[in-house]
Amino acid sequence: MATIAQPSHATHVGASAEQTGIWSWITTVDHKRIGTLYLWTALFFFLVGGLEAVMIRTQLMRPNMGFVSADTYNQLFTMHGTTMVFLAVMPLSAAFFNYLIPLQIGARDVAFPRLNAFSYWVYLFGGIFITLPILFQVAPDGGWFGYAPLTSNQFAPGPNIDFWVIGLQILGVSSLAAAFNFITTIINMRAPGMSLMRMPMFTWMSFVVQFLLILAFPPITVALFFLLMDRFFGTTFYAIAAGADPLLWQHLFWVFGHPEVYILILPAFGLVSEVLPTFSKKPLFGYNVMVYSGIMIGFLGFGVWAHHMFAVGMGPVADSIFSLMTMLIAVPTGVKIFNWIATMWAGEVRFTVPMKFAIALIGMFTIGGISGVMHSSPPADLQQTDTYFIVAHFHYVLFGGSIMGIFAGIYFYYPKMTGRFMNDGLGNLHFWLNFIGMNLTFFPMHFSGLYGMPRRIYQYDSGQGWDLFNMMSTYGTYLLVVATAVFVWNFIRSRSTGAIAGNDPWGAATLEWSIPSPPPEYNFAQIPEVTSRYPLWDLKDPKKTAGIDHSHADAMTITDAHAVPVHEETERHTAKELGIPMPFSTAKPLFTAFGMCTMFSGLLFLRNDMFAVAMTVTLTGAAMLIGGLISWFTAPLE
Amino acid sequence: MASHAHAATTGHADGHDAHEHHHYTTTGLDHRKIAIWAFIGSECMLFASLISTYLIYKGKSLVGPFPHTEYVNEAGKVFKPILDIPVTSASTFVLLMSSLAMVLALQAVQLKGTPLAAGAGWWQRAERSSQLWLGMTALLGATFLGFQAYEFTSFVHEGLTIKTNLFGSTFFTLTGFHGAHVTVGVLWLMMLLWIDRTRGLGPKDELIVDICALYWHFVDVVWIAIFTLIYLIQ
Repeated sequence: MATIAQPSHATHVGASAEQTGIWSWITTVDHKRIGTLYLWTALFFFLVGGLEAVMIRTQLMRPNMGFVSADTYNQLFTMHGTTMVFLAVMPLSAAFFNYLIPLQIGARDVAFPRLNAFSYWVYLFGGIFITLPILFQVAPDGGWFGYAPLTSNQFAPGPNIDFWVIGLQILGVSSLAAAFNFITTIINMRAPGMSLMRMPMFTWMSFVVQFLLILAFPPITVALFFLLMDRFFGTTFYAIAAGADPLLWQHLFWVFGHPEVYILILPAFGLVSEVLPTFSKKPLFGYNVMVYSGIMIGFLGFGVWAHHMFAVGMGPVADSIFSLMTMLIAVPTGVKIFNWIATMWAGEVRFTVPMKFAIALIGMFTIGGISGVMHSSPPADLQQTDTYFIVAHFHYVLFGGSIMGIFAGIYFYYPKMTGRFMNDGLGNLHFWLNFIGMNLTFFPMHFSGLYGMPRRIYQYDSGQGWDLFNMMSTYGTYLLVVATAVFVWNFIRSRSTGAIAGNDPWGAATLEWSIPSPPPEYNFAQIPEVTSRYPLWDLKDPKKTAGIDHSHADAMTITDAHAVPVHEETERHTAKELGIPMPFSTAKPLFTAFGMCTMFSGLLFLRNDMFAVAMTVTLTGAAMLIGGLISWFTAPLE
Repeated sequence: MASHAHAATTGHADGHDAHEHHHYTTTGLDHRKIAIWAFIGSECMLFASLISTYLIYKGKSLVGPFPHTEYVNEAGKVFKPILDIPVTSASTFVLLMSSLAMVLALQAVQLKGTPLAAGAGWWQRAERSSQLWLGMTALLGATFLGFQAYEFTSFVHEGLTIKTNLFGSTFFTLTGFHGAHVTVGVLWLMMLLWIDRTRGLGPKDELIVDICALYWHFVDVVWIAIFTLIYLIQ
C-alpha cells in the first residue's frame, strides 16, 4: 500500500514460515496463511450452515413435526442460506484465491498484503456478527434474499433484520477489498512470460469472478443502505404507503444476486479445470474457448437477473427478454461441460479422490443446469417457482457444483498446503457417502416440488404425496452429516499422519507444483520465466505437450532480466538467507477491521432509541478505523 | 517504473527507502494505479444504482415538495418547485473548476525541479506551485460542500426532509453519497497538501497525486451526470 511518509529503517521482522503461535497468525500478511485462515473459518461456517440444514430437515421429516417453532424455522432457513452463500462458499473460494493465485502466476504475494489481511478480518468479524444472534433466537428471519418491504420495520419490527442488513454490509466491504486486490495481483504480478492466455484456468476463472464482485456488490450495497435508512432513519424507499415500488428491492437484489450465482460457481469450475487435465494426463481441451466461455458467463450473468422475478408480472416483453438471455447463458456453460468431457476423452484417467469429485461436478452440475433451463421458460417457471423443485435445482448447482468442486480442490491442494496427502480410504468413503447423500437429499425434492410442496413452510399435512420424498431428503441429509464427519476427521488427522507429499505429488503442470510443499514464505526463490501454459510438463514430460499451441506472450508482458527458466525448487531457505524482502507482520489490518465493524454495529442501539450509546459506539469505531488507517498508511510495507 | 524493475533475487535484507524501491510489475504500472481504476469501475455501479433509483421514483412522490413543479397541500399551503437551478449551476461551476486546479496540481508536482526559463512570468512561477493548486482544489471542493450544506438546510426549511416523500429520500441519499465522496476527496487533498508542506512533493511522488486526481475527476464526472439528470432535465 501507499507508503506516504518516509519509512523508518526498522529491523526486519517479516513473518517467516517458521514462526508459530497465535500472534503470528493474528499479524500475518502472508497470502498463504491468510488463505489457510479463510479455509478453516469457512469450513467452520460450512459446519454451522450444515447444522442449520439438519435442523430444517429434521423439522420436515414427517408431516406436522414440532421439532422447532415457525419462528425458529424462519431463522434457520434464513441463516442456512446466508451462511452457506456469504460465510461458507464465497470464503472457501477466497481461500483458494488467496492460496493459489500468487503461486499460479509466479508471484511472491498479492499486490496489497495488508489489505488482504484486512479482508479476512472483516469477513471473520462480519461472520460472527451475523451468526451470533441465532444463539439468542434473534437471528435474521427474512430469507437470504431479504425481500423489502417484508423486511421493513412495518413487517419486521425486531432486531433480527438489523443484524442481517448490517452484517451483509460489513461482509460486502471484505469481498470488495479482496476483489480490488486480486484484480491488481492478476493484472500486475504475473511472472515474466505469463501472458493472460498462459494463465492457469483457475486463475482465469478467479479473474472473471473478481470483476463480478466489484460490479455486483455495489447494487446490493445500495439496496441494503436504503433498507438501513428506512429501518433506522424513517426514509421511504420501500414504504408502499408513500408510493414506493414493491419491486425496487427485488431488482437491486437480483442484479447482485444473479452474478453472485456465478461468483459461487466459477471458482469451482476453475478448480476442476486444474484437476481434470492432471488426472487425464492431457492438456485442458479448448483452453481458449474455456476462457471465452468463462468471460461470456460473467458478461451474460448481468443480463438475466429478472428470471428470479417471472412471478411478479413484469409483462411479456421483459419476461421474453430475460427468458432468452437465461437460455443463452446455458450455452457457454454447456461448452465448459463438453470441454471437460473432451479433456478426459482418450486420456490416461486416474480415478483419485479429487478426480472423482471433479467428475461428480460435471454430472451433478449438468442435472442442476438442465433443471435451470427448464425454468428459464416463464410458463414452466410459474408452475415451479417457490416450490421444492427450485430448491432441488439450486442445490444441484451449488452443492453438486460449487461444493463438489471445492472438495475436489481441497483434496487436490491439501498436499501443497500441508506437505501431506489426505487419507485415500477415508477420502473415497467421504466421496461416496457425500455423493449418495447429496442425491438422496436433493433428488426427491424435484418430486416434492412438482407435487406442489412450497418452499419455506415449516409444517405440512399428510396425504399430499410429499411424505415419502421428505423422509428421503431428511435421511439423505443425515448421510451428509456422516460424510462431512469423515471429511473433518480426515482433514484434521492427515495434517500429522498423512503420507509425505513432494513438490509435485500428482504430476501436475502449473507453477505452484514447482516449489516445495508447503511453499516457503517467499514462494519462489527465483522468479520463473514462463514460456507455456504447462511449464512443468514441458520440463518433465515434453511428449505430453508436444504439438500444443502455447499462445504468444501478449504485449503487456515484459521481461525481467533476472527471471530464470522454470525449474523445480527443492531447497528450503529463509527469506533472509536469500535476501528477499518480505512484508512486515502487523496487527493494524485486524485493528482497522475491528474498528470498522464496531462503527457499523453502533447502529444496532438505535433500535431501542439509545441514541447516545449508538453515537458513542459508532464514533469510537470510526476513530479506531481512521486511526488504524493512518497508522497503516504511514508504516512501510516491508 | 519498468526502468526501475527490481532484481527479483538480489536483495536488501536491511531497511531501505521505499521511494527508490520498485517491484517488477507485469504492466510496468504501479499496483495502486490499477487498483484505483478497479475501484472507480466499482463506484460507477454504486452511483448507477443510486441514480437509477432516483429516476425510477421520479414523479412517484405522493406529497410535495416536488423538484420542478408547484405543490399545494391539503391545508392550502403552497410549496414552490424546490430545486434552485441558478445556485446549483454556480456550485457545479465551482466543482468543475476544481478539476482544472487538480490538473494543474499534478502538473506542478511533475514540473518540480525543472529550472524556470529566464524571464519567466508570474504564471510560469504559479504553475510550479503544487501547494497553491492542491490548496485551490481542496478549497473549491470545500466551497462546493458549502453550497450543498446551504442547499440541504434551505430544503429542510422549505419542508423537504429525507423522510418527506420518495423525492426527499432519493434526492438526499444520492446527493449525500456524492457529497460524502467530495468530503473524502477534500480530506485526501488536505493530506497531500500537508505532505507537500512537510517534505515537499516532487516528480517521484507523481503517482500518489495522480491517483487522488483520478478519484477527484471521477467524483466530478458523477456530479455532471447528477446535475444533468436531476436538476436540468425536468
